[in-house]
Amino acid sequence: MHFNSFAEMIHMGGYAVYVWSSVFIVIAVLAFLIVHSVTAKKRTLTMLRLEQERADKIAQAKLVAEQARSQA
Amino acid sequence: MWKWLHPYAKAETAYNLCYRLLPYFSWLALITLVTGSIWGLLYAPSDYQQGDSFRIIYFHVPTAIWSMGAYTSMAICGLIGMVWQIRNAELAVYAIAPVGAAFTFLALITGAIWGKPMWGAWWVWDARLTSELILLFLYLGVIALYNSFEDKRTAARASSILAIVGVVNVPIIHYSVEWWNTLHQGASITKFDKPSISPDMLWPLLLNIAGFLFIFAALVCLRLANQILINDARRPWVKAFVARRIDKSNSTTKE
Repeated sequence: MHFNSFAEMIHMGGYAVYVWSSVFIVIAVLAFLIVHSVTAKKRTLTMLRLEQERADKIAQAKLVAEQARSQA
Repeated sequence: MWKWLHPYAKAETAYNLCYRLLPYFSWLALITLVTGSIWGLLYAPSDYQQGDSFRIIYFHVPTAIWSMGAYTSMAICGLIGMVWQIRNAELAVYAIAPVGAAFTFLALITGAIWGKPMWGAWWVWDARLTSELILLFLYLGVIALYNSFEDKRTAARASSILAIVGVVNVPIIHYSVEWWNTLHQGASITKFDKPSISPDMLWPLLLNIAGFLFIFAALVCLRLANQILINDARRPWVKAFVARRIDKSNSTTKE
C-alpha cells in the first residue's frame, strides 16, 4: 500500500476533503442510478398490472350489463 | 450475411437479450470498479506535483470519457432509428440519455472538486469545461424533449434529431484542449505515440475506464428492457408477462 497507516490514508496528503468527497459523490450518484434502473421494471409492471385489472373490470361490468339487458 | 441480426429487431428477443447480457456486464463492472478504485486510491503512487489530489483522476477521466462515448452511442442509435425505422434503437436513445447525463454530471463535479485545490477555482469558463457543460444540457434536452410528447413515436423522433445534431459537440469537447488555450490539461493516455503517465498509475485508470463502460452497459440493458416493456404494453407477450405477475400476486396474497 502507498500509505503507511490508516490515518495517513484518510488524510490523503492533505487533500482528504477533495478526494473523499468526490468518491462519495460518485458512489451516491451510481447508487441512485442503479436503484432507479432496477426498480424501473417493478414500476412498469405495477402500472401495467393496474391497467390490466381495470380493463378486466370494465370488461366484466360490460358483460354483466349485457346479460341484464338480454334478460329484461 | 447480416441476416442473423434481424431477429434482434423483434421486441421480445431484444428484451430477453438485455437480461441475458445483464449479469455479465454487472459482474464485470463490479470487479473492475472495485479493483480499479481501491488500487487507484490506496496503492498507486502519488503524483510528484499534485500529491494525492491526483487520485480524483480515477473517477474524473472515466466518467468524462464515457459521457462522450454515451452521447456518441445515443446519436448512433438515433440515426439507426431514423434511417431504418427500428423501434428498439429509438427506445435505446431514451435508455442511454439519463445514464449519460449522470456521467457528465459526475465528470463536471469531480472536475470542479479537483480544480479547486489545483487551479484555485471550482469553475472557469474555459473551452473544455463549457463544452462539457453544454453536453449536460444536450442530455437534459433529449430527456425533456422525449417526455414532452404524448405520442412516443413523435417523442422518439424529436429526441433522436436533437441527439444527432448535438453530436457535433463531441469532437469540440475532445479537441477543445488543442484548439483553444485552456486551463485544462491535454490528453495523457490517448496520445498515439506513448501515454505520458506511469504504468503504476495507468493500470487502475484503465480498469476504472473499463468498469464505467461495463456499468454503463448494464444500466442501459436494464433501462432499455424497461422501455421495450412500456412500448409493447398492448402486445400479447407483455400481456402474458403481466398476467403471470397478477397470478403470482394473487397466490401470494391468498397464502
